[in-house]
Amino acid sequence: MAEEKTKKKKKIRSYPILVLCGFYAAIFAVMLIYISAYSYNNRQVLMDNSFNTRQQILLKQNSRGRILSRDGDVLAYSEVGEDGKEKRVYPYGKEFAHVVGYSTNGKAGIEALANYYLINTSIDLSEKVALDTQGSKYPGDYCVTTLDVDLQEVAYNALSARKGAVVVTNPKTGEVLAMVSKPDYDPGTIQQEWDSLIADTSPDAKLLNRATQGLYPPGSTFKIVTSLAYIKEHQQDYNNYRFSCVGRFNYEGESISCYHGENHGSLDFIKSFAESCNSSYANIGLSIPRNVFADTLDQLLFNQELPIDVLYSKSSAHIDDNTSVGDVMQLSIGQGATSMTPMHLNMITCAIANEGELMKPYFVSGIKSEDGKNVKNYSPENYKRLMSALQADTLKGMMRQVVETGTASKLKGLSYTAAGKTGSAEFNTSTSDSHAWFTGFAPADDPEICVTIIVEDAGSGGSFAVPIAKRIFDAFFGVE
Amino acid sequence: MELYVTEISKYVIDAFMLIYVIEAFMTFRFKTEKKRKGIYIRQIICMFAVQLSCFIQIIARTGKPVYLFFFAFQIVIFASVLMLFYVIYPEGNRLIINNTCLLLMIGLIIITRISYGKAVKQFFIITASFIIGFFIPKIILQFDFLKKFTWIYAAVGVAAIGAVLLYGAATNGSKISFTLAGITFQPSEAVKVLFLFFMAGALVEAKEIWQLFLASIAAAVHVMILVLSRDLGSALIFFVIYLALIYISTNNIGYLALGLIMGGFASIIAYKLFSHIRVRVQAWRDPFGDIASSGYQLSQSLFGISSGGWFGLGLYGGSPTSIPYVEQDFIFSAIAEELGVIFAVLMALIIVSSFFMIMYEGYFIRDRYYRLVVCGIGVAFIFQSFLTIGGGSKFIPLTGVTLPLVSYGGTSVLVTIVMMMIVEGVCLIRTDERFEAMERRRERMADKKAARSSDYYRDYERDYGRRED
Repeated sequence: MAEEKTKKKKKIRSYPILVLCGFYAAIFAVMLIYISAYSYNNRQVLMDNSFNTRQQILLKQNSRGRILSRDGDVLAYSEVGEDGKEKRVYPYGKEFAHVVGYSTNGKAGIEALANYYLINTSIDLSEKVALDTQGSKYPGDYCVTTLDVDLQEVAYNALSARKGAVVVTNPKTGEVLAMVSKPDYDPGTIQQEWDSLIADTSPDAKLLNRATQGLYPPGSTFKIVTSLAYIKEHQQDYNNYRFSCVGRFNYEGESISCYHGENHGSLDFIKSFAESCNSSYANIGLSIPRNVFADTLDQLLFNQELPIDVLYSKSSAHIDDNTSVGDVMQLSIGQGATSMTPMHLNMITCAIANEGELMKPYFVSGIKSEDGKNVKNYSPENYKRLMSALQADTLKGMMRQVVETGTASKLKGLSYTAAGKTGSAEFNTSTSDSHAWFTGFAPADDPEICVTIIVEDAGSGGSFAVPIAKRIFDAFFGVE
Repeated sequence: MELYVTEISKYVIDAFMLIYVIEAFMTFRFKTEKKRKGIYIRQIICMFAVQLSCFIQIIARTGKPVYLFFFAFQIVIFASVLMLFYVIYPEGNRLIINNTCLLLMIGLIIITRISYGKAVKQFFIITASFIIGFFIPKIILQFDFLKKFTWIYAAVGVAAIGAVLLYGAATNGSKISFTLAGITFQPSEAVKVLFLFFMAGALVEAKEIWQLFLASIAAAVHVMILVLSRDLGSALIFFVIYLALIYISTNNIGYLALGLIMGGFASIIAYKLFSHIRVRVQAWRDPFGDIASSGYQLSQSLFGISSGGWFGLGLYGGSPTSIPYVEQDFIFSAIAEELGVIFAVLMALIIVSSFFMIMYEGYFIRDRYYRLVVCGIGVAFIFQSFLTIGGGSKFIPLTGVTLPLVSYGGTSVLVTIVMMMIVEGVCLIRTDERFEAMERRRERMADKKAARSSDYYRDYERDYGRRED
């Protein structure tokens, strides 16, 4: 035994050398794995960086790929002009301006989102060789979007000459079916008009995609949020709520009045929502513990990053122990410092339609090479649960009542059952001008489509936004 | 046609590299060079196959026959190095020579692509370095008195880097090199070898703690001068050599821990003191934040690494020249871009296998002095590679050192070849040791046998002798 021990001891001549070998082997292993993972995971972001000159190399070799609608209509393609230069053509002109975007003078929309794939090509080597002998470029991979040309057209026409935005999505999958923002620009001639577009400082802001970047006061549509906060505290007894509206609500010297001073009379919780009574909601808002209200805002992604891949603005809504009573009342009805994007409101509506679960909104369903290979497929992705199924169901019932008995009665008695919430958001304290909002979905039992609309400076949501929603729903369900 | 060549050669290159790397690590399964012979021959085939495929790619893409001649010259030089080495030093370690040649070849290929003029210059430097290098194993084996100049090495080293600090030209904000008759020298590279010999000598001689302390002060002087010259990379390499050697010679992990803590404090002080260090740390944490100036190099390097994908864009397919100083500090990124991440990783593994082999030789040699020298060379080699590769890929902050053997740079190539040849010299010493040990064992065995047989005779005499009476 003793002899064996000394033998073993003799075997290790120098521990430090072994330790050093192990140490450097370990850091090299970690480093090489890091390099491989980093370069692979970030290849798109790095390629899209404007300081990366390698984009030009790819564009010299490949022509930019096409962008198609969900049914295969071409929304964008590249063409060699008479001057021999490659030109981007958008067959639908202004209709898809913001959502498809542009690829000159920087990039926006799907052109930016799918840039990496559009400038790369996955065609077979033999095809490349054939193209080489012809002396032509390789076609970049094309991208199939989730956009529906019919819905986009209806939404685009329905908004007519108004400023505003429309977002149409499928709540079960997160597919974006249509997205319109006005005023718009012509992506085909953007290069020539770029300087004037940039120089334009008027409120038109044509380049801004109002659907994802426009921050508006949500007005009464925010009552969805206030209601959720209230339901969290009162899931069992919200039916016991009673309020008597006199068209105005005063509390500690602060006051809130109903839209156009309307007197709603005696109300319960659901009726307050359906008739969109500001006084009642100011009262409800004050009764909600502030930490519960703040948690609800967090839960619904206010002041946070949103799970979308195009440029967007962060919505903002705040409440804490230092918030004044007046501000809480303003928050409860979506006025004051509160602001959100139509896209964000659409996501909350989708979650309600989808039993509380938010699907990640997406624009691109697949990338294919021009010789027919699937390069990449995108499938619906669960993002996060925004509320419990029970809470979603309660809110859904309330939104049904808005259509049946409340402010969105223009959607009543149709071949499909819609649910939603209107809003008339005041944006100028000195006048009674308001943005018209509507957010909702149909069919209420098994939602297939979710629509969010804002029409700037139009008037009440019920009169100006709901009809647009109706036209979109009609088109979707094939109603003449 | 050209496209088929470039596309297919990508996979061919990676396949040969992979075989080469597997063979490199297989060498450790066998104890003697004789048994590894088959591996080495297969490696040499792979090596030239990689080089050939790369040059076919270069010629297919550029269509310039001049590269054909350049390629032919390279084959002649590398083939003769491999052959001559085997003939002159049959006991030398051939994995280290093979790896050295392949790394130099890869370097030449990518430098050819970046700048043909620089590649030709590099080629001549490599040739000259090997001519010098071939004498070194013999010198190490024969001249034992080299061990005696301990403090002279330190004095010469400090004087050389001190002179650079005082009179050196400013290049890239760091005073680390000077130009003499058109050739740029970077003394800190050469002083690295002197420093290794000094540290080995000082540590072997050190019997008392104060001697250890004295050696530490001398090491600190080296490091301080380099920090003041703003040659941060070299300063770190010297410090790491010092730590490794003191750990190996004392076999006490406490010294290593103490050194690391001191080093940590020193880097915090340096961070507070020098703005250029803060700039580099900032650029490392967020290279894209200030992409137009301080983050430019690193972000371009990252663009390069990531744009190549697993198999690379092919030589001349990318734009490595958009990275400033690509042929020196960012050669790894250029390789990853055009030859692919897989190739770059395999190349890094070749570096690791060289390191293992150097440490293996250090582990088995009995001579304490040369054990320290060899291990110091191994650590310097791997750590410098780590600094460059990690710095260019945002793994660690950038320090601006070259990738040994691969990067463009005269002093770096010469010194690294010299260091590898020192290792080869030490291999010869180890062979001698083994031979002596064998002799001793044989003598011992013979003694024993003799003893045993005399015992036998005594016993015989005792048992049978009497009967004769």
